[in-house]
Amino acid sequence: MSEAIVSLRGVTKNYTRGKQKIEVLQPLDLSISQGDFLALMGPSGSGKTTLLNLIGGLDQPSSGEVNVGGQRIDQLSSRALAQWRSHHVGFVFQFYNLLGVLSAEKNVELPLLLTSLSKAQRAKHVATALEIVGLADRAKHKPSELSGGQAQRVAIARALVADPTLLVCDEPTGDLDRKTADEILGLLQTLNREHGKTIVMVTHDPKAAEYATHQLHMDKGSLIEQSANT
Amino acid sequence: MASSLQQVISVTAMNIRSIPSRLGTSFVIVIGIAGVVGVMVALLSMAKGFELTLASTGRADRAIIMRGGSNDELSSVLVREQAQVVLDAPSVAKGADGKPLAIGELFMITDVAKRGATTPNNVVVRGTTTRVFELRPEAKIVEGRMFTPGLREVVAGRSAQRQFAGLNIGDKVDVRDGPWTVVGVFDSKGDVHESEIWVDVDALMTASRRGAYNTVTAQLTSADAFQGFKDALTSDPRVTIQAQREPEYYASRSETLNKMITVLGYSVAVIMGIGALFGALNTMYAAVATRSVEIATLRAIGFGNGPVVISVILESLVLATAGGILGGALAYVFFNGYTVSTLNMQTFSQVAFQFRVTPDLLWKGVIWACSIGLIGGLFPSIRAARLPIVDALRSS
Ligand SMILES: Nc1ncnc2c1ncn2[C@@H]1O[C@H](COP(=O)(O)OP(=O)(O)OP(=O)(O)O)[C@@H](O)[C@H]1O
Ligand SMILES: [Mg+2]
Repeated sequence: MSEAIVSLRGVTKNYTRGKQKIEVLQPLDLSISQGDFLALMGPSGSGKTTLLNLIGGLDQPSSGEVNVGGQRIDQLSSRALAQWRSHHVGFVFQFYNLLGVLSAEKNVELPLLLTSLSKAQRAKHVATALEIVGLADRAKHKPSELSGGQAQRVAIARALVADPTLLVCDEPTGDLDRKTADEILGLLQTLNREHGKTIVMVTHDPKAAEYATHQLHMDKGSLIEQSANT
Repeated sequence: MASSLQQVISVTAMNIRSIPSRLGTSFVIVIGIAGVVGVMVALLSMAKGFELTLASTGRADRAIIMRGGSNDELSSVLVREQAQVVLDAPSVAKGADGKPLAIGELFMITDVAKRGATTPNNVVVRGTTTRVFELRPEAKIVEGRMFTPGLREVVAGRSAQRQFAGLNIGDKVDVRDGPWTVVGVFDSKGDVHESEIWVDVDALMTASRRGAYNTVTAQLTSADAFQGFKDALTSDPRVTIQAQREPEYYASRSETLNKMITVLGYSVAVIMGIGALFGALNTMYAAVATRSVEIATLRAIGFGNGPVVISVILESLVLATAGGILGGALAYVFFNGYTVSTLNMQTFSQVAFQFRVTPDLLWKGVIWACSIGLIGGLFPSIRAARLPIVDALRSS
């Protein structure tokens, strides 16, 4: 068992709607090892996205500790957290969230604008990332000129271009057909196996979860079952 | 860590590049602000033109002398003895004939119909002498000839001749006591006098049965001599008269109308500006809302709130500045040099002047536009930055 790259201890998340307090996450502990590809499953509303957002530093827990890459991130200011995310997390969303006015390569370059890399270095990283996702020939295309699967590949290239500690994917294949989904999942698997990327992926799809190394099931804000894929 | 500046530049460039896909709503800002700035600059250029016309009248080394306590030429009366005291005063320059270069003048109002109108309008009639071109070298006969002393003849200022019917050479004008003949037209470089008609002072005195002047205008030996000249006159026990440098006198003539137009200009600008501001706010709120997911995505990647706020404000500023420049350009094209005449509230006579769209007015217009753009972008940008990232992402 390698060292834990993500560890949560006693993490809860509540929302207050009027006087009503909604407990979205019950106190939970979680540990993800370096090099894991974790599939987070569970019914709708069980808190998967909420948990993923805490791991990715998009949101703060109501209580508990969140450690990622040896750093506590649950106490950081939003400014520090933004900076932290730019170094440590790559995000992949269900609807790709590419910027419509930018070409594929400009979209991929975005996280690098937050680094001190020169223009030439950025171009090199962008080319490599597009190469990895198999879209080197689509660099100049706008998102509207790409298929769903291609758009998601661009989004994955964007997520990995700055070489983050962690890839965080919320239903990355939720908007794709079976065949395209399998290609994307295959790509994520390759990133995990050959490039050693630690990936946390939320999915509804049991077939998608089979690509992961581990599965985790949630229900009503609690982790209920953890298993390793064989 | 790259500078925030780079973030601002890239996010702003992105926003601005997406304007073409939101042309309709972006135009609301541009057109709205162009309207505000155009109207404001046009109105202020009117005040500016009027002011410049009066300010261009007269020279610092000439003085206008009126009865003590008079506000203007019309209400001043100087009898011949008083006028003689002025002529004898120290520092009055000598003319070519060796006599003091100062002229006692009559200042009256007569009615002439404007071109294309039948209702009469006030025109200033100045009774002067043939030495007037020596006293006011900026004035020159450009058509016909000068009036003959003692005769009922008229030379018309060029602006007056253009604005009014019946001031062409050979026309008859009822100045006082019957018809007078127009014999010439003079140019005085667009100053107030060009809106006047000039006649012989003695002929006018006879026709109007008056024995006193309104004012004396005197050429001083130098501009610096004014104070001594003024002190000599005010300390003379024989007369109660006041002396003013010409530019000061004419500047004071434009104050009332200038204030009115300027207040009107700014009032309209404020009212229209509020309208345009709401248009801009609306547009920018919509722009931010349609891009809330994109903005949230950028923030998730690690872009700071500052760059997001600044980029939205910059976008609004760019649109507003475009509107300001457009409005200023339209005002310039349609109004600069546009000649009108208006009733000067202080002399109750018509003064012809041109709208003057000056660089400082254009600058004011652009500043005004930028202010609207700044506020129009500020609140939407703050909303964009305040929206929790996770909430914005959920809305996709
Ligand atoms: N900002 C919020 N305010 C109030 N309640 C919220 C908020 N965000 C999420 N919730 C609630 O938290 C619960 C968990 O939401 P979450 O999105 O994490 O579920 P999920 O497992 O990702 O569901 P899905 O599979 O549908 O994406 C839901 O009941 C949701 O309504
Ligand atoms: Mg979810």
